[in-house]
Amino acid sequence: MENTVIIFLFGKKYEVPENLTIMTAMEYAGYQLVRGCGCRNGFCGACATVYRIKGERELHAALACQTKVEDGMYIATLPFFPLVKQVYDIEKIPVNEQVMMQLYPEIYACVGCSACTKACTQGLNVMQYIAYAQRGDFEACANESFDCVMCGVCSSRCPAGISHPQVAMLARRINGKYIAPGCGHLNDRVNEIKDGAFDGLLADLMQKPVSELKELYNSRVIEK
Amino acid sequence: MYSDKFKASLQLITNNREQNAAYEPQRMSAEQKEEILNKYHPDHREDKFATLKVGKNKGDKVPAELCGMLCAHSRIKDIKIDLQNPDYDVDVLIIGSGGAGASAAIEADNAGASVLVVTKLRMGDANTMMAEGGIQAADKPDDSPAIHFIDAYGGGHFAAKRELLSKLVLQAPEAIKWLSDLGVEFDKAPDGTMITTHGGGTSRKRMHACKDYSGAEIMRTLRDEVLNRGITVVDFTAAIELILDENGAAAGAVLLNMETKELLVARAKTVILATGGAGRMHYQGFPTSNHYGATADGLVLGYRAGAKLLYADTLQYHPTGAAYPEQIYGALVTEKVRSLGAKLVNAKGEVFVHPLETRDVCAAAIIRECGERANGVDTGNGYGVWLDTPMIEKINGAGTIERRIPAMMRMFDKYGIDIRVDPILVYPTLHYQNGGLDITADGMTAVENLYAAGEVVGGIHGRNRLMGNSLLDIIVFGRSAGKNAAEKSKTVKPGRLTLDHVSAYEKELEGAGIETELVSPKLLPDYTRKVRSL
Repeated sequence: MENTVIIFLFGKKYEVPENLTIMTAMEYAGYQLVRGCGCRNGFCGACATVYRIKGERELHAALACQTKVEDGMYIATLPFFPLVKQVYDIEKIPVNEQVMMQLYPEIYACVGCSACTKACTQGLNVMQYIAYAQRGDFEACANESFDCVMCGVCSSRCPAGISHPQVAMLARRINGKYIAPGCGHLNDRVNEIKDGAFDGLLADLMQKPVSELKELYNSRVIEK
Repeated sequence: MYSDKFKASLQLITNNREQNAAYEPQRMSAEQKEEILNKYHPDHREDKFATLKVGKNKGDKVPAELCGMLCAHSRIKDIKIDLQNPDYDVDVLIIGSGGAGASAAIEADNAGASVLVVTKLRMGDANTMMAEGGIQAADKPDDSPAIHFIDAYGGGHFAAKRELLSKLVLQAPEAIKWLSDLGVEFDKAPDGTMITTHGGGTSRKRMHACKDYSGAEIMRTLRDEVLNRGITVVDFTAAIELILDENGAAAGAVLLNMETKELLVARAKTVILATGGAGRMHYQGFPTSNHYGATADGLVLGYRAGAKLLYADTLQYHPTGAAYPEQIYGALVTEKVRSLGAKLVNAKGEVFVHPLETRDVCAAAIIRECGERANGVDTGNGYGVWLDTPMIEKINGAGTIERRIPAMMRMFDKYGIDIRVDPILVYPTLHYQNGGLDITADGMTAVENLYAAGEVVGGIHGRNRLMGNSLLDIIVFGRSAGKNAAEKSKTVKPGRLTLDHVSAYEKELEGAGIETELVSPKLLPDYTRKVRSL
């Protein structure tokens, strides 16, 4: 018999193999998941989960698909959290700290408790990226928040009611569109294509016999 | 942390690292590639395929598990549904909300159509979200769409529909620009030059990336844009059957609330299937890198309604799925790890294949190494080979891994493996559905007013797909389907809604002597341990 641990799903006790993740332990226990399960690989944030180890005070947050079960885990999933997402027109948005003031004024009510950072399932410095957003440093906010999976655990812990992932989302889009340097070779190529510069080449490839295309493929020069 | 049983092999890898990093393994000739694929690639295991006895592709071979779904009963077989009072009535219905569905929604909205997006999980729960490595586009001066075409055509074994591939490569730079203008943060040099790398099978460095969260960055941006536009998105609602009009044109879908099981009806002038892939079908028992909902639903819905399949017998097994630890078995180890210089090394410490052969060739080489040649590493849960990640920093300098592949570092770090110090164990994982619904260059299937975009489509890539061409195709063909479906919807006269094709298909199954308990589409895999239950 493989080694097992005792876990508590929503307070109910189950004995499960110790090598499972929280997600696979739920399936082992008999759950058919619909909510709280997405990519199963740590990218989508669907399986935000909070737990506490029996006898300990600290509340942990994790992605259920990325976290091994431990003995004495009291587990509650957080398959949805009501984040506030403000709508805006990316083409017309002003690129200064006013935009944060208008759309997410609650970030200025941050009390600096760091509960968001402690709770982050990705180990990000959430409070720091909110500080960057407060002063309109979108680039720093974008970089600091880049690995965010928008699971919402940070917001569930925030006494100021901040929707951190949405603040970061806005900062990243502003950074990507307006602050990051433009790309000359990309614009040039788009224009060349619009002018039909490659139409002839492609039309030629379209009608070549497969044997000729094979020849072209097998004799490619591969960039070092 | 690696336990003691890995120590001996790990030591060999470490000892040989210097030498292996410098060694440039030879690329295979066309003949060698053909031989290794025929002998070792899962697509060539005849006994794992079945022949379709019904539908437009009668006589074609498809994976046995897919055949089961295509020959299964409708979920609404014996249920009477009132089609006359639809719950939703829109111009364009989009089924699926990954990269293709979201791109289609934005463009259909741009074109002035009323749009409804339905998705069986949450918006963005899709393979797009998990694409790590990047997106191809020939936008550098030494590259061209024609070279991109040759790379992809050859990589796909000269089987791609040329008009689709031509569209893909010609619209690639514009796709990157569109994403960039929406705010997607591509990796760039300080002067704005895109930082691009090779992918398996590319002859130019044209892989654009957003660290190793490329797909996630694209998906969350598209999702944000869809929400900004106020487009109606109904989540946790699956399409379980298409609805046609009396002339056989697509005109809506029967929807199922995944939680309450309520049935709903959506009427639409045009319909776009953007349901994605099939990794969760676990063909041939392979693990998968795919998201929870990748169950080939679109193939089932489309096929029953009369759409044709193309290359449904070919799947992509990504050579580097995680083989250890067990908790992440099958999870994707991005090809970018090899792009950045990590080589594949067997248990004896030998490099056995060029790391940037196409995915199918690399996968076949690993299967050969672990099987016939018995040079695999026993993981306790099967076999794997080493992917020597510490080489990356040997070649590109310290800090490269954290900067360029942070998601990979995080994934293994959770299990005590520092990929900067120790290599990782990999084995092929079911990654991508090369085949799918056959479409014309404007994105329409064989069913009038039924469009398809994204992984559900077959033929863009042929019989194998290069890294970075899938994120590209969901954008190019998603946008195009959205525009075309919106345009077409302006001329569509709503007809009488019918599900006659569903009962006709049931009759065809009966006529072919098929007896089955299965129902489809599958919607979700069943991983629940079977306990005694009601």
